[in-house]
Amino acid sequence: MTNGRRAARIAAGVPWWLVLLVGLGAIALGTALADASYRVIFGAVARGFGVTIGVALASYAASLALGLLLGLARSSRLRPLREASTFYIELVRGLPMLVILYYIAFVGAPALAEVLNGLLAPLIRAGAVKAFQARDFSFATRAGLALTLGYAAFIAEIFRAGIESVDKGQVEAAHALGLSHSQTMLRVVLPQAVKNVLPALANEFVAIIKDSALVSVLGVQDITQIGKVYAASTFKFFETYNVVAFFYLCMTVSLSMLVRALERRLKRESAR
Amino acid sequence: MSGFIRVVDAVKTFGDPERGGVRALDGVSLEVARGEVVLVIGPSGSGKSTLLRAVNRLERLDSGGIWIGDDEVTARRADLRRIREDAGMVFQSFNLFSHMSVIDNVTLAPRLVRRTPAREALEEGRAILERVGLGDKLDAYPRQLSGGQQQRAAIARALAMNPKALLFDEPTSALDPEMIKEVLDVMTALADDGMTMMVVSHEMGFARAAADRVVFMDRGRIVEQGTPDELFASPREARTKEFLGHIL
Repeated sequence: MTNGRRAARIAAGVPWWLVLLVGLGAIALGTALADASYRVIFGAVARGFGVTIGVALASYAASLALGLLLGLARSSRLRPLREASTFYIELVRGLPMLVILYYIAFVGAPALAEVLNGLLAPLIRAGAVKAFQARDFSFATRAGLALTLGYAAFIAEIFRAGIESVDKGQVEAAHALGLSHSQTMLRVVLPQAVKNVLPALANEFVAIIKDSALVSVLGVQDITQIGKVYAASTFKFFETYNVVAFFYLCMTVSLSMLVRALERRLKRESAR
Repeated sequence: MSGFIRVVDAVKTFGDPERGGVRALDGVSLEVARGEVVLVIGPSGSGKSTLLRAVNRLERLDSGGIWIGDDEVTARRADLRRIREDAGMVFQSFNLFSHMSVIDNVTLAPRLVRRTPAREALEEGRAILERVGLGDKLDAYPRQLSGGQQQRAAIARALAMNPKALLFDEPTSALDPEMIKEVLDVMTALADDGMTMMVVSHEMGFARAAADRVVFMDRGRIVEQGTPDELFASPREARTKEFLGHIL
């Protein structure tokens, strides 16, 4: 009886979804090693791994920086800053990521080349630098830029929520000690705000890994694009997309678990 | 007059006065001399906290003026840094910086605002924390301290800027009864050292032990003031009597 109850308690504590996922992953890996055609697909798709990670990491880092600036502007005392960042955030959040991607790739990049040429006009006339052309920006760069601009809007809202989550008394105490607005923001509010939204920020990285698959529509050779081309040429859709899914799940599930661990740790810390 | 803190005809309204806004301060004038300890009492909503917060400009007045020494707090281009160096503030809810250790809480403002070198700030901070009985809590985080310890740390943080006056906004209201004494002891010691203090509080023990004057406020006005003995033993105004009847 007690044994049965203990077994039940242990069974209740097991994350069965994870067991199933890891089990399937192991079966997939086993099959792949045994099956020659899976081995080939693995090798092919793996070549896109670096591009996927690279695009995701670069866009994430850039959107963190831009998102922080936008989030600060959104909570600024200065109305024009607030309005401008709200304008940007609402505009970008109202567009599908895919549309942002096409827009930046085919409208933004040529426009950027024009702007740069305008700014550098004297240097170009003097022959010091060559005039920019849209094709100077690779599609990977354009895709990364699009993801950055899109995600910056989401991340800005996370930072704003974090800033608003900090108790008003903290700001008053800092002001009462003679700290300026920027000192208060930098030394008192932001450290606490960032800590409060760390899990949410980490979740955005998982999301950007998944959305990095969108770059395949521009022909960028990421996991999805390589899989798509491979499947189309060999008709091995089932095997190929199994492998593609396997790669994404390895990244996203492990990262999600890290985020959970981080959340638990922060909760424990604040409860202490 | 020789008041160090001077409040002249202070008026402050919250909300739209046309549509039932609240007059938190309705023409308050008050002087606090150097080294004087003034206790401000009154029912909630009487404007006592607003008055205190206006003195270091956490609230701005609609009209009237406030001076600390020669500095006009209410001037449009007031030197806020200097005003806040002159008048430190202790809050009801402590408001210690929760992501910093106690010693970092105490040394932050000296380092950032006064540009005190880190080592010097550390030595001074350590001495001040000794003074409030927290010499063994330098590296503790606020959440690891009791309420009384947190409030003493907050007092130390205010003291680290060498203020000429300290403003206390209900410093013991958020504390469990057994912790009130340790905070009041620190405050009484400061009063004995000659610190100029404005205290919003209903602690009668502290009033008798340390206050030079008690000011009773109601509905944004000063109703009556006097020494603790005068005011508590023989209040003149009916409203004062009624209020004291509730709290004594």
